[in-house]
Amino acid sequence: MRIAKPNTYFWQGNQACVEGAITAGCRFFAGYPITPATEISEHMAKRLPRISGIAIQMEDEMASIGAVIGASWAGAKAMTATSGPGFSLMQEFIGYAFMTETPCVIVDVQRAGPSTGQATKCAQGDVMQSRWGTHGDYSAIVLSPNSVQEMFRLTVRAFNLAEKYRTPVILLSDETIAHMREQITVPPSDSVKIINRRKPRAGETAFFGMEETPPMPAVDEGFNVVVTGSTHDEYGIRFTADQNVHRKLVERLNNKIGNHTEEISDFEHYNIEDCQIGVISYGCASRAIYEAVEKAEAKGLKTGYIRLKTIWPFPERIVRKLAEKADKIIVPELNLGQIHYEVERASKGSAKVIPLNKIGGGELITPEELLAKILKEAQKND
Amino acid sequence: MTETFSIRKYLRDLRLPFCPGCGIFTVINAFLRAVHELGYEDLSKFVFCSGIGCSSWICSPYFEADSIHTPHGRSIPVATGIKLLRPDLNVVIFGGDGDIVGIGLSHFIHAARRNLDALVIMVNNMVYGMTGGQVAPTTPFKTKTTTTPYGSFEQPFDAARLATTAGACYSARWTTAHPKELRQSIKKAIQMKGFRFIEAVSQCPTAYGRRAGFENVGEMLKWFREDAIPIQHAEKMSKRELEGKIVIGQFVERRRPTIVETIYAMINGVQTNGR
Repeated sequence: MRIAKPNTYFWQGNQACVEGAITAGCRFFAGYPITPATEISEHMAKRLPRISGIAIQMEDEMASIGAVIGASWAGAKAMTATSGPGFSLMQEFIGYAFMTETPCVIVDVQRAGPSTGQATKCAQGDVMQSRWGTHGDYSAIVLSPNSVQEMFRLTVRAFNLAEKYRTPVILLSDETIAHMREQITVPPSDSVKIINRRKPRAGETAFFGMEETPPMPAVDEGFNVVVTGSTHDEYGIRFTADQNVHRKLVERLNNKIGNHTEEISDFEHYNIEDCQIGVISYGCASRAIYEAVEKAEAKGLKTGYIRLKTIWPFPERIVRKLAEKADKIIVPELNLGQIHYEVERASKGSAKVIPLNKIGGGELITPEELLAKILKEAQKND
Repeated sequence: MTETFSIRKYLRDLRLPFCPGCGIFTVINAFLRAVHELGYEDLSKFVFCSGIGCSSWICSPYFEADSIHTPHGRSIPVATGIKLLRPDLNVVIFGGDGDIVGIGLSHFIHAARRNLDALVIMVNNMVYGMTGGQVAPTTPFKTKTTTTPYGSFEQPFDAARLATTAGACYSARWTTAHPKELRQSIKKAIQMKGFRFIEAVSQCPTAYGRRAGFENVGEMLKWFREDAIPIQHAEKMSKRELEGKIVIGQFVERRRPTIVETIYAMINGVQTNGR
């Protein structure tokens, strides 16, 4: 089986991630075992050799993402998968991939941290790390699936965005979405949009500038490409002291993502034009919003929601729109409050932003808990 | 050799940034002459990877070739990704002692173990040169550096032996006072398969020599010439006799299945027999 045949399956999230990657054209995987991401390595090891792809277990997470970056420059679509502790180790190379404009996909299956924390328990504590984890001025594209079906679709999209913008893309999964099994329908492959990186024409020499997202050669294509994580000009030549070269490069790298926030942003929303209470959530925590909002409405309370499928770049416009209508916005997250600060920032004081947090033990926020919070906030007069 | 030849044909038209008297010039010469003598008109069938440090600048951007200049110590993982997908290319890694056996040590040992088809040329100046002369995992015992102002209190690594033990197909050590042997060794290693390691003990007059008590570059090269012991002799000497000496020569030359061979054999097996 080259790519998964169109059919209905009963898959684990991690498996859907692998099949999505293969559908997107991923032919190289390198990883290091870590709960709760290990099944991605295992499925890749089984699947890739059958389709002439390569899956390898490296000595650590740094080596894993390093091999992925090498594979990308050898012309392949490549991916690695890890969890918090490994994600921390990968930050060095994530900055490198950003600086060198290397398309690749990094899956972070979140578990409870900091440090080793609770390896088998779900959490959403890496949200800010996925945006700010590496050093320096950079921008991240981060996707957040909330079902097995969406894991497949967003993995394909992660590759498409990586290829389109020549940048690392982070698929921010979590233990719940990764380990649960759900029905998933794999669409016919010709209905799945696949984007491939733009290749340079013969004679082109500028692979790191001139255009917002420049064309990308592979090694041995006759371009003698110079790839460096140091500040470099359009041709890849290192400039370690020139202020203008640095500013021009780093501004462009950030703009090529920031200028396309609208295009990159993906979310679903309901009733945001006419609600008293709004809910904004993402990933596993967002699974509570549908039932909670429905029940709140049944009680006559005007309630709406935004469910984020992309977290970064942060979709400020839609959040602001909700804030202008709603009195209060509740932000359920499986952490001590991360995205709620972003919601507050985007709301610009138009709505009161209230966190709803839970951590430890892998317990999700239930629809009942969210409903209780919605009703309580609706009654409170503040 | 009477043939007139300039290594410039392999180099970009850029000024090399290395200090006067740096051993890197000798290593560049040895490598590019080896490439020339092997009949390569250009570097198109090579891919170079390097990390951070002076010797990582050898290929990037100065070689007219594909080169990937990675984070500190991470050249070998990046090279692994390239080689697994492009077994036909000559993958060569340049790095310093800090890059290869300091921060990147784990990758180095594992690459030797899995027999990655790549040539690692480690320029061992026994110090962190680019940052101004701090103690390295290769600094000789009792040597004064900026972070060991009273002398180093640790024993250094023997990288060539380490590569041998970890499974390298080829491992050799020379110094910049042995340019001909270094060139011959590089020639041999380029033509071999598997993990190949060449350590070039090299002078850093700026960050090492002046603090370690050397008056000039010549004194450092004299040290390399006089304290270099061919491995055949070293094998007959006691540990005490070898203290402070630089053992040079070929530590190992062998053939064993490389990861490129075994991984593609596995893939072929899976596709033909399903296992």
